[in-house]
Amino acid sequence: MNILVCISQVPDTTTKISVGPDGTTINSTGVKYILNPYDEFAIETGLRMKGQHGGTVTTITIGPETAKEVLRTALAMGSDTAVLVKDPSRSDSFVVASSIAEYAQESKPDLIVFGRQSIDFDSFQIPPMVAEMLGWPDIATVSSLNIDGTDVTAESDVEGGKLQMSASLPCVISAQKGLYDPRYPKLPDIMKAKSKPIEERALSTVSPRTAITAMSLPESKRLNTIVGDSDADINEIVRLLHEQAKVI
Amino acid sequence: MSILVVLEPSGDGLKRTSYEAITAAVSCAAGAPVQGIIFDATESQVSSASIYGLSSCMIVHGPEWNQLQSSFIASAVAEAATSIDVTTVIFAANAYGKSIAPRVAVRLSAGLITDCVELQNNAGTLAAVRPVYSGKARVSVHSVTAKTVVTLRPNVFTAKQTVATSLSTSAFTPSIASDVRTASVTGHIINEGTLDVSEADIIVSGGRGLKGPEHFHLVENLAKSLGAAVGASRAVVDAGWRPHREQVGQTGKTVSPTMYVACGISGAVQHLAGMSTSKIIVAVNKDKDAPIFTVADYGIVGDVFEVLPKLATAISTVTGK
Repeated sequence: MNILVCISQVPDTTTKISVGPDGTTINSTGVKYILNPYDEFAIETGLRMKGQHGGTVTTITIGPETAKEVLRTALAMGSDTAVLVKDPSRSDSFVVASSIAEYAQESKPDLIVFGRQSIDFDSFQIPPMVAEMLGWPDIATVSSLNIDGTDVTAESDVEGGKLQMSASLPCVISAQKGLYDPRYPKLPDIMKAKSKPIEERALSTVSPRTAITAMSLPESKRLNTIVGDSDADINEIVRLLHEQAKVI
Repeated sequence: MSILVVLEPSGDGLKRTSYEAITAAVSCAAGAPVQGIIFDATESQVSSASIYGLSSCMIVHGPEWNQLQSSFIASAVAEAATSIDVTTVIFAANAYGKSIAPRVAVRLSAGLITDCVELQNNAGTLAAVRPVYSGKARVSVHSVTAKTVVTLRPNVFTAKQTVATSLSTSAFTPSIASDVRTASVTGHIINEGTLDVSEADIIVSGGRGLKGPEHFHLVENLAKSLGAAVGASRAVVDAGWRPHREQVGQTGKTVSPTMYVACGISGAVQHLAGMSTSKIIVAVNKDKDAPIFTVADYGIVGDVFEVLPKLATAISTVTGK
């Protein structure tokens, strides 16, 4: 089974965000970039499926030259090959999804694995878009996965529970936290990954379908009424919740 | 602006997120009729939407449509949107909308904007605001194509009743091409007896300040006094004190309840990412410098072991629960 794992490089959650000079993107100076946390689950899932069914794991990312770092992590974890789709500016999800779908049309994987979401834009758009472009089924937020021949059964986390889903290969899935615990790459593998070749491709030539006109930092409109822990303080907070905020 | 809202049935009516989407659509439509589409619902369920300003609704009948078969439903929604020639399709950003909206956008060659917290009609162009980078920034986005598909973050747009309109319904029979491949639902595991954080109006969450799973009854009792769901921070889920389904934050659920009460939670950025759009935030923490207080509307600096029982008692006298 040939598996394509799609990953992204994102700012570390604890990084302070400021708006860049263009007013529509972040100021990247001093920002620490990491492998999107959910993509660790996706890489591990790809490797486990290869372990069970044989085949190859290819990892792809769309981003600037520096995004090769996350591909090196995937290679160190055990991915066979890696592909960078070069995108110096941050393209919209349609361009990203098109680039992945075009690569998949050429390389014909049996399974495409994503992380549940990327924590930069949290858009939840790419996996179903890629699936629709390819005419494939997809199962989102997968917390349990079994593949038998071409039959895929999975549990998908939804509000209030889980859906038990079935589909057939080729198929797209997105990995939820808890599907498989990601392995830590070993030092010799990290060293070896540094010299492995990374295939480079051009971005899809499709035009973006959305445009960002402004980025801003949210203004806090919170009341910030902070009190101590005396009985009078607690009763006052309850009174405010009832009479001022009217939430109880 | 011509808008199609994708609705979901629930009980005698529709899901609250469906009423929210109708309200948002009505305010953007600038007087144009707002149309809906719904799968495996009764006319009586749909009629509950007239008070929110829905003008007409297509109903796709048949129990086979009640499951989340995203490829089929997306195909049907795109066909309906094309047949009535709308420019905009609106979904709730729940599991249903997240699965289907991207496919509809591909089918309609539409720009897709997900998890919106504000929508505006700017002289005929739909402009949306959505949080990015874990809520640390917001972007204004619009579609550069003729059509737009949007999903709305649940519980951010307040459903508003208007004067009841006459709501007409019609049956819609989609023609699904034989080569459409979909994932199918074979079963549904429901978390029995617990209110899910992603659907709750009020959430009381506990963190490491509770010092152990055996003390979570303090959080549960406070939740009971409010009729609230119980949530948890990543630290206590990773420690195995609470199940992952209760986790609020970046690797858990993003919630936007009317009131969020954080107990013994310091307020790491990853946690704030999952709850910062809550309408009212209350924090109880013994550390007055905890970051949670910077996003709190109301804060009590004190020991959760002493404060939570008193708070639960005081709230019970108001709520009677």
